[in-house]
Amino acid sequence: MITLEHYLFLGAIIFTLGVLGIFLNKKNLIIILMSIELILLSVNINFIAFSAYINDISGQIFAMLTLTVAAAEAAIGLAILVVFFRNLGSIEVNKINQLKG
Amino acid sequence: MFLSSLTFYLFSSVAVLSALMVISAKNPVHSVLFLILSFVNASGLFVLLGAEFLAMILVVVYVGAVAVLFLFVVMMLDINFVKLREGFLQYLPFGALLGIVLVIELGILFLTDRSSNIYNNQTPLQPIVNEVENTKMIGQILYTEYFYLFQICGIILLVAMIGSITLTLRDKGGVKRQNIDSQNTVDASTAIEKKKVKIGEGI
Repeated sequence: MITLEHYLFLGAIIFTLGVLGIFLNKKNLIIILMSIELILLSVNINFIAFSAYINDISGQIFAMLTLTVAAAEAAIGLAILVVFFRNLGSIEVNKINQLKG
Repeated sequence: MFLSSLTFYLFSSVAVLSALMVISAKNPVHSVLFLILSFVNASGLFVLLGAEFLAMILVVVYVGAVAVLFLFVVMMLDINFVKLREGFLQYLPFGALLGIVLVIELGILFLTDRSSNIYNNQTPLQPIVNEVENTKMIGQILYTEYFYLFQICGIILLVAMIGSITLTLRDKGGVKRQNIDSQNTVDASTAIEKKKVKIGEGI
C-alpha cells in the first residue's frame, strides 16, 4: 500500500540530494543549476502527490507553474553562465565577484 | 495493488539513485544524462499518481528542452572539470551528515504527526481515479479559474526568452546586415548608373 507519506518521503530525499549537490559542488555552476532542477522536481512530486491524494486538480496546475518557472530559470541561468564563461574563461563560483556585492 | 507498490519502489529508487549520481558524477555530461533518467522516472511516478498530462509535459519540456539545453552548454563550453571538483571530498563528510539529518527530520515530520493534517481520516489514502480524464480536467480548470496564471506563465517565458537572448547576443564587427530603409528608398536615379563602354574595353 503506497500512501501519501511514501511520496512525501521521496520528495524529501530528492530535495536533500539537491541541497547536498549545491553544498558539495561549490565550484561547478552547471552542477548547481542541475541541483536546483532536482529541488524543483521534488517540489513537483509533492504538489502532484497532494493533488492526487486530496483529489484536487489545483495542485497539478501549480506544478505546471513550477515547471514554467523552472524552465525560465534554467534558460536565464545558462545564459548567465555562458556570458560569465565568455568574460572570465571559467565557471568557478568563487570567481563571481565582479559585482562587488 | 502489489504491482503498483512494486512500480512505485522501482521508479522511486531509480529516481533517487540517479539524483545521487547527478551530484556525484565526475563528468558533467554523465550528470546531465542521470538528470534525464531521474526526470523520466519521476514522470513514471506521476503516471502512477494519475497525472498523465504533467508526466508527458515533464518528459517533453524537461528531457526534450531543458536537459538538452544543459547538455548543449556543457558540451559547448571548454571547461576543465577536474579543477572544479576540488573540495568535493573535503566537504563530503559534513555534507553527508547534514543530508542524513535533514532526511531523518523530514521523515519524522511526515511519519508521525497526522493529527493536524487536512486529510485526517482513518483509512489509508489512495490516489483517486476519476472518470474524467486528467488532461480534460486540467484544461477545464486552467482556462477558466486559473486563466490569469496561465497568461502570467506566458509572460514569464517571454521575459526569460528575451532575457537570455539579450544576455548572450554580442555584436561582432564586420557583419553585413540588411538595411531595409535604404533598400526602400532606392529609385531609378540612384539604382542605375549609365556608362558608355567603348568597344573592346572594360569599365
